[in-house]
Amino acid sequence: MKYFHLVWAALFRRKSRTFLTLVSIIAAFVLFGLLDSVRVAFTAGDSVAGAGRLVVTSKMSMQQPLPESLGARIAAVPGVSDVASANWFGGVYQDPKNQVISFAVSPNYLSLYPELSLPADQLAVWNKTRTGAIVGAALAKRFGWKIGDKIPLQSTIFPSKSSGNNTWTFDIVGIFHAKDPRQAGREQMLMFHWKYFDENNAFGSGTVHWYVVKVADPARADAVAHAIDAISVNSDHETKTQTEQAFQASFIKQLVNIGFIVTAIMGAVFFTLLLLTGNTMMQAVRERTSELAVLKTLGFTSASVLAMVLAEGVLMLVLGGAIGLGLVSLIVPAIAAATGGMVPVHAMPGSTWLAGLVLMVLIGVVVGLPPALRAMRLNIVDALSGR
Amino acid sequence: MKKFLINLGLLLIVLVALAGWTKLPWIGAVVMLVLLALWMALTRTGRQAGSVTAVGLGTLRQRLGSSSVIVVGIAGVVGVLVALLAMGQGFQATLQSGGRDDTAIVLRGGSVSEAQSVLTRDDVLAIGQAPGIARNAAGKPMLSAELVVAASVRKRNSDDDGNAQLRGVDDTAWALRPGLKIVQGRSFKPGLRELVVGQGAQREFANLDVGDSVKLGTQSWKVVGVFAGGGPYDSELWADRREVASAFRRGDSAESVLVRLASASALAQFKAALATDPKLKVEVDTTKAYFAKQSEGLAKVIRVVGLTVGVIMAIGALFGALNCMFAAVAARAREIATLRAIGFRGGPVVVSVMLETMLLALLGGLLGALLVWLVFDGYTASTLSGLTDVVFRFKVDPALIWTGLKWALAIGFVGGLFPAVRAARLPVTTALREL
Repeated sequence: MKYFHLVWAALFRRKSRTFLTLVSIIAAFVLFGLLDSVRVAFTAGDSVAGAGRLVVTSKMSMQQPLPESLGARIAAVPGVSDVASANWFGGVYQDPKNQVISFAVSPNYLSLYPELSLPADQLAVWNKTRTGAIVGAALAKRFGWKIGDKIPLQSTIFPSKSSGNNTWTFDIVGIFHAKDPRQAGREQMLMFHWKYFDENNAFGSGTVHWYVVKVADPARADAVAHAIDAISVNSDHETKTQTEQAFQASFIKQLVNIGFIVTAIMGAVFFTLLLLTGNTMMQAVRERTSELAVLKTLGFTSASVLAMVLAEGVLMLVLGGAIGLGLVSLIVPAIAAATGGMVPVHAMPGSTWLAGLVLMVLIGVVVGLPPALRAMRLNIVDALSGR
Repeated sequence: MKKFLINLGLLLIVLVALAGWTKLPWIGAVVMLVLLALWMALTRTGRQAGSVTAVGLGTLRQRLGSSSVIVVGIAGVVGVLVALLAMGQGFQATLQSGGRDDTAIVLRGGSVSEAQSVLTRDDVLAIGQAPGIARNAAGKPMLSAELVVAASVRKRNSDDDGNAQLRGVDDTAWALRPGLKIVQGRSFKPGLRELVVGQGAQREFANLDVGDSVKLGTQSWKVVGVFAGGGPYDSELWADRREVASAFRRGDSAESVLVRLASASALAQFKAALATDPKLKVEVDTTKAYFAKQSEGLAKVIRVVGLTVGVIMAIGALFGALNCMFAAVAARAREIATLRAIGFRGGPVVVSVMLETMLLALLGGLLGALLVWLVFDGYTASTLSGLTDVVFRFKVDPALIWTGLKWALAIGFVGGLFPAVRAARLPVTTALREL
């Protein structure tokens, strides 16, 4: 540590070169930070919050409805502490491009999602309003909706009986927030009463698309899932019960193999970075051959020269990488805000910082090692005479 | 102050050049290349530039490490960019190849995709009466009412279920899509629970070989044939519509009606006839337009992601190139100063450094494009479109490779310009004295 200023001075011996190299490193780590945040956002889901919740869908396909009466039978399964239901609605607002994630839910749905908070007075009003809907804060912001607004939504699936076409009218009676800012994606939802949906739906009634089940003991989730599926086995509405994470993960996995793409891109980026910074370090040490020889003449051991050159490489990478990741942690919330939470990235996860740090040190050591070894093996006499 | 103005000027040149460059078609680039060659062959300064470039290229071997940084860096940018764009384009091309100008698709009013639409039996009959529909040899309208459901099917080599698109069709469906051919087995027989599977679906899902039985919905279905066509239908399983409707409890409803138009111009007549029927509220479009719309959103997302990643990587590669070329110019400072002392002008020096950088960049671009073409052209992947899996192929075409090369050359241009100007402006006396 006491040689830190020496390492620092060596690093900035040629300011323009170090600056140019740093920008390349920053670019690489910005990319790493962004891609890794996206990967984490897509793959990790809400692993902690989702624990203890199961999703029951039709075994045939997610779109296939299940009878509403099944809910009571699921609730009777030992180990189940609560059951709520939800239906797809496929809402769009004004323009088909403005898709609104909207569900018709059973009255107790919100109580299964303690991570969403709705003020108690608004909840009370919602429960009393047949056509009432509650919306997430981000969604309300996106369309400028306020409590008390009457809004028309077109359902892309279900015609409304009262209007005779696809337009459904809702009264916005509450705005809910996600307690954890990382789950701001959930503030994109609109929920309304299943009762209104069922009565006003021109076709099909008495059905729901999926059940959300709260299990008393998350450790027994598998057994409970089997028991639920056993209720309807060999009926015409067999079910498939899985944990909420597995349900979400199956969606994402099909969407695109994000992990593979991220790894491939980052492989290309870091390979290039290795070459680039390696080249810079090699140049820097070659230029300083005589200075290093002087250091050795003054009594610096070969090992400490090795350590200093290695430290220089690591310092360069850590400096660039930290600036890069720092930039990402500024950019990511901006992206989330600009897209109204539509992009499911909310903040850069700690695991990305950690992985980034490991990468910085690793690349720093790899690029620093060849010139460091060269510096260590330097023969003072040869180096000073320029041989 | 002067230095600042020069740098500002350079920056402006860069911006203007890049703006022009992005708009330039390949023919323009060829013209520029010919002009450059003429200049180098015919004028005195051009010949000077040529000889300075030759000297520069001759010393490349001594700077193998730093030159390869430029080549590999730019190869990385072009590779990633072209691969991502090829993914978007492949997805779009796959979906669009399912569409034709002379077939129209009818959906319920307000529906954007088949899965959202419902047409009753009466609707289907009414649509069949409309003018503008082509008739087959037997004089019947060429029309297929279809029903699409998402069915859970086990993925190949995996413990997960994917969502296959199961399409119930009338037996005219094959005639309406001349691009599809049964490559193995036979078509399904009406009234039997038999499946014909697309080649893409067969690759994606398990147990879909001819002779296999697979459980879809509550019933077991027998696979009797395989069809191929390359479009979106390749990811689907086809069966008799009535069987699908009964297995998935859809009554006698359909989701869409596909018709062959009497001619490509009959669409307006067909559309008008349906619009005047007060009982019907439907959307009509050619299948070509329908599939173009279906692929628009995702293709755009992939494009934006590709360009964003490309830009960030390009910034990294650009600074890498700048670094290497500054080092190269510094290493050759005395040599360049000597040339200028014996009468070479600044212009040829600038041109030579830039030519060298752009040649390296071009090499990197070609390398990246070649790699992507070898690895990814025709690579199949699958994604969710709506609620079901769509299998598509990456498509690396010459236009994409040209886009990649344009990026490479742009990085080479900017990466060479600043070091070149530095080399040309260094006072001869200082440079000669420099060790």
